[in-house]
Amino acid sequence: MDVSQYLEIFIDESNEHLQSLSDQLMILEKEPENSDTINEIFRAAHSLKGMAGTMGYKRMQNLTHDMENVFSEVRNGNMKVTSDLVDVLFQCLDALEEYVNNIQETQDEGTNDNEPIIKALNAFIASENKDAAPAEEKQEQQAESAPAEKLQADEHGISMELADFEKNAVNEALKKGMHVYEIKVTVDENCILKAARAFLVFKNLEGHGDIIKSDPSVQDIEDEKFDFDFQIVILTEESFDDIIKIIKNVSEIKDADGEEITKAFPEEKTEEEPKEEKTEEKAKQASKAQSSNDKKDANGSKKPAGAKQQAANSKAKPVGHTVRVDIEKLDVLMNLVSELIIAKNGLVSASSEEGSESINQSFNEQIEYLERVTTNLHESVMKVRMMPIESVVSKFPRMIRDLSKKLDKKMELYMSGEDTELDRTVIDEIGDPLMHLLRNSADHGLESAEVRKERGKSEVGSIFLDAYQDGNNVVIEVRDDGNGIDIEKVKSKAIEKGNITEEQAAIMSDKEVIDLLFKPSFSTSDKVTDVSGRGVGLDVVKSKIEALGGDVEVKSVYGEGSTFIIRLPLTLAIIQALMVKLGDEKYAISLGSIQTIEDIPVSEIKYVHAKEVIHLRGNVIPLIRLRELLDVPGEQEEQENITVVIVSKGDKQAGLVVDSLIGQMEIVIKSLGKYININKMISGATILGDGSVALIIDANTLV
Amino acid sequence: MEEVKTMEKASDEAMDAVQYIVVKIGNEQYGINIQYIDNIVRNQRITRVPKAQSYYKGVINLRGEIIPVMSIRLKLGLEDDNYTDKTRIIIIKVDGATIGVIVDQVKEVVTLESTDIETVARSGSLVGSGYISAIGKSNDELISLLDIVALIEES
Repeated sequence: MDVSQYLEIFIDESNEHLQSLSDQLMILEKEPENSDTINEIFRAAHSLKGMAGTMGYKRMQNLTHDMENVFSEVRNGNMKVTSDLVDVLFQCLDALEEYVNNIQETQDEGTNDNEPIIKALNAFIASENKDAAPAEEKQEQQAESAPAEKLQADEHGISMELADFEKNAVNEALKKGMHVYEIKVTVDENCILKAARAFLVFKNLEGHGDIIKSDPSVQDIEDEKFDFDFQIVILTEESFDDIIKIIKNVSEIKDADGEEITKAFPEEKTEEEPKEEKTEEKAKQASKAQSSNDKKDANGSKKPAGAKQQAANSKAKPVGHTVRVDIEKLDVLMNLVSELIIAKNGLVSASSEEGSESINQSFNEQIEYLERVTTNLHESVMKVRMMPIESVVSKFPRMIRDLSKKLDKKMELYMSGEDTELDRTVIDEIGDPLMHLLRNSADHGLESAEVRKERGKSEVGSIFLDAYQDGNNVVIEVRDDGNGIDIEKVKSKAIEKGNITEEQAAIMSDKEVIDLLFKPSFSTSDKVTDVSGRGVGLDVVKSKIEALGGDVEVKSVYGEGSTFIIRLPLTLAIIQALMVKLGDEKYAISLGSIQTIEDIPVSEIKYVHAKEVIHLRGNVIPLIRLRELLDVPGEQEEQENITVVIVSKGDKQAGLVVDSLIGQMEIVIKSLGKYININKMISGATILGDGSVALIIDANTLV
Repeated sequence: MEEVKTMEKASDEAMDAVQYIVVKIGNEQYGINIQYIDNIVRNQRITRVPKAQSYYKGVINLRGEIIPVMSIRLKLGLEDDNYTDKTRIIIIKVDGATIGVIVDQVKEVVTLESTDIETVARSGSLVGSGYISAIGKSNDELISLLDIVALIEES
């Protein structure tokens, strides 16, 4: 069987199942008696095994098979869930993931049999119970039921393979005394419109019975994907000859022949009944688990995350209709939307330039309409590209668990805002930096249990991963309640490594010292561990996030913990911006970072440390003269008032002094290419309605 | 000497006739290998880019793409451009990147046989000679052939 066309689906679904297995195992470790979770795990493992078997990946099938045995023992209550067992099961997941990765790359599962893991699994079964053997046989039978079904089908003279529901339909019909015919229809070889003839056959038969199956499928027949014959199975009350006559009445049908099926398919007791029971049982257990969870919640549950997840799982998720689309196609769509917006901007500027008489009302109305449409179109395309951050962060609980064992520190990961959405391209890149930061928190951040006790903290360290949207940015915070950054230690390390001199160290602000951590090859950890300490972490994190147009900020209180704040742009291509004028030049400032626009009398400018600031509603805001910063040629005229655009990043603010405001505009961000050196404060360029180019100022770098 | 030899060999291999676009910068004629040239456009409004290299004049909009524009005069160490109606921007494609180069005037397209081309020793005496790969002769006139990749890649 050629399975290559299913490969993508197989890989996607395998990954989904692996993720669900991993999630459920985490829960299981904490609540070994949670039968709902065990069932979920069993189901995922079983599907994996079935899929691997169908695709012909024997090694993967074997491994999942042995895992399934273990789960089945656990489910039957013959085996206790221990931490050791979960360890081995996680190893299995890693091995399976490796298979899937191999398959993704080479279409082959590789040659690793993973025998040690299988042996370990079997050892668990052997040590627990001797009843494992019959159970295994039963599994074997189930696995072989697919070919067996085919055999049964052959006995019945139906040459087509029927799905379970189709067999049921046949059985039902036979019970009701209806006839079941399998008919082969041959179309005349000179027939031009084969599909149309076939369609007529189907249509004419419609009034006389139910066609439950056709080979090729109805869709393929409609698409003319058949030679000159096709087969159908029909349930009808009419006689065989009548049906054949109806078919032959359609012109250009050469022949129709077949036979009646009289024997019912055997009811598949072994398969069906237990399944139903199982689901019933599961539902019962689910409700039980739910109520017990509710109770727990009421008592002030200790594990809100776990309970929440379960509740979400036991609720049936509504599945929307989805289509998998190549990201490149979306890029093309996005580019077209960009073009459309540029064209629209052109129209807008043309309409405002012309004399007011020559432009009639309806022209303006149409432009407004176009504006509305392009904005909506842009939003929809953006949304298609958005993915919840969950797909990245869902693997972290497992990672923290492993780290906890490896580092011999107790720790717990709390996550929030997993449904925060980001552009697909950002999602693909953000995983590694986040992983670095989490590892960092686990290894450097959290203290050992003794130190924590001394400091009066809970023995179990907490790491928080919070994601949320903030204007045009998405913010991801990695926080721990550990040691915090020891400024003095960083300083002495930097001096030791020759990054800074002692004089420099003496005058450095805390923030500057923390920035040293982001320098390449800088690590304060005294020992290099597997987890971190090699000093190839934070600088990579920083460069990666800056490449995505974002930035990283660190807040830390020694002894209390540190927070790494990652700020990422929500969209990569099109933004709403304020257009401003500096001399003869036009610049765009992203609307997302703008708080207010103020007219300030020159006399109200104050000086702090020889720097210009203004007082605004109780805040002291530093002024940045964009003309000077951007070396704009020419001198600004003396004015009584200055126009200040107040921008903010987090809780910091700055006032950008501009000559004048042009207005709000939807702009398409374009890159300037790799050869021209651009300063960090310029995040790109855009094309205005009149065809000229305006640069985009990244206010985040100025605050 | 070694270098000269390999260059001769290279130009021998690179077929006999190569087409060059001849441009004028100041009083000198320069040749740009036609294989790098994507387009030639009239001078247009260039948007200054703050803090960029001094020989980058800024960026232009070429049919919806933003293209950086370099002044060949400033790069070669000559005096700044004086825009006239003969000023052109030559759009050059190298390594998948597109860059505009400002020239005083575009004259013609010439076909140079390998026998018309003489390699030059890279002495420092000539201004900007580091970007000249060879000298071509056409109709008794000398054309300095620009090493366009070196001109653009070096920053």
